[in-house]
Amino acid sequence: MPPKTLGDTMLRAHVSALPVPEFAETAWTPPPPLSEARVAVVTTAALHPEGGEALTPFATTYTVLDASQRKLVLGHWSQNFDRSAFTIDPNVVYPLDRLDELAADGTIGSVAPRHFAFAGNQPDDVSAVRLDGGPACAAELKADGVDVVLLTPV
Amino acid sequence: MRPPRALHCEFPIGRPLGKPGDAAFQHDVLRRAFALLERESGPVLEDHPEVIVADEQPISCPMPARFDPDLPPAVDEARGIRGAYDRSRARRGVTNVGRAMDPDTVPEALAALKQIADGADWKSVRLPGKNTVAVTLDIRAYYEEAALELADGPAPGPRAAEAWFFEKTEAGALVLAARAEIKRQGAQEGIWLYMAPVQR
Repeated sequence: MPPKTLGDTMLRAHVSALPVPEFAETAWTPPPPLSEARVAVVTTAALHPEGGEALTPFATTYTVLDASQRKLVLGHWSQNFDRSAFTIDPNVVYPLDRLDELAADGTIGSVAPRHFAFAGNQPDDVSAVRLDGGPACAAELKADGVDVVLLTPV
Repeated sequence: MRPPRALHCEFPIGRPLGKPGDAAFQHDVLRRAFALLERESGPVLEDHPEVIVADEQPISCPMPARFDPDLPPAVDEARGIRGAYDRSRARRGVTNVGRAMDPDTVPEALAALKQIADGADWKSVRLPGKNTVAVTLDIRAYYEEAALELADGPAPGPRAAEAWFFEKTEAGALVLAARAEIKRQGAQEGIWLYMAPVQR
């Protein structure tokens, strides 16, 4: 039997051939010391509370996740990744327990009160997220006094 | 793209922190990511030193024996693992089933897919939720959540539950058969392709 083609191998080959937006300049904002920084998570796993509003495929808005809500559903519409990992341990995508531990031992200043989830299924240029959903989410993060954002792509 | 700070992690897709259930490893990833904040200029792109490959080896998962030989095998199978699904849901307090249907409807959805796989016009078959992708995601979630209760050994490796579902279960084989039939009937690619991972 020939070796089977692995899903991650196929997906990486596909994605690596896609054009991506090119930016002439890199945004650069010096953060406060990590021990004083407020940290938030932004993920593309389309997480939402069970029974809560789910993101549709290609949605360019986002879901607001209260930090106290830990029973979340993996709303991402793709079958092309390991969906069981989040079921086994949500921290592998949404590491709020780890951030709580880092806040408790003083490594980070605090964990933000709200976190945010986008839909990972997007058009290749992600133009609507760049021009609309992304800046709106950034405004919410700034309103919460967030200094550092941890992006977890799915 | 030149993002300001990126830690490139060659981990299985769907596991950005690398290893579920391994707090020490997750902390290592976070420590390396946060260390990038100490740089005085950017962009910064660093590799995590560990590479993890999703080899898609199916989990070992004992399944209940057939109960009702008059039912399609996948329908009988889904009914047989309901107890394991319920225990999994109770233990975690949440389920990923619910995109198109509730868990009570999973056997009915599999019966509908059996009709399609046997050649019925896919547009005429009453599929719960009327969305082929949502239905198959719910069926997968139902099975994979049950499998986490039934599987032997350590936590399943990357794509191990997926490999088990599509290679070892009646439901997985039925989803692939229904997908092939919907494609054969000339449906748009978006209707059938995403019913399963693209490599399957």
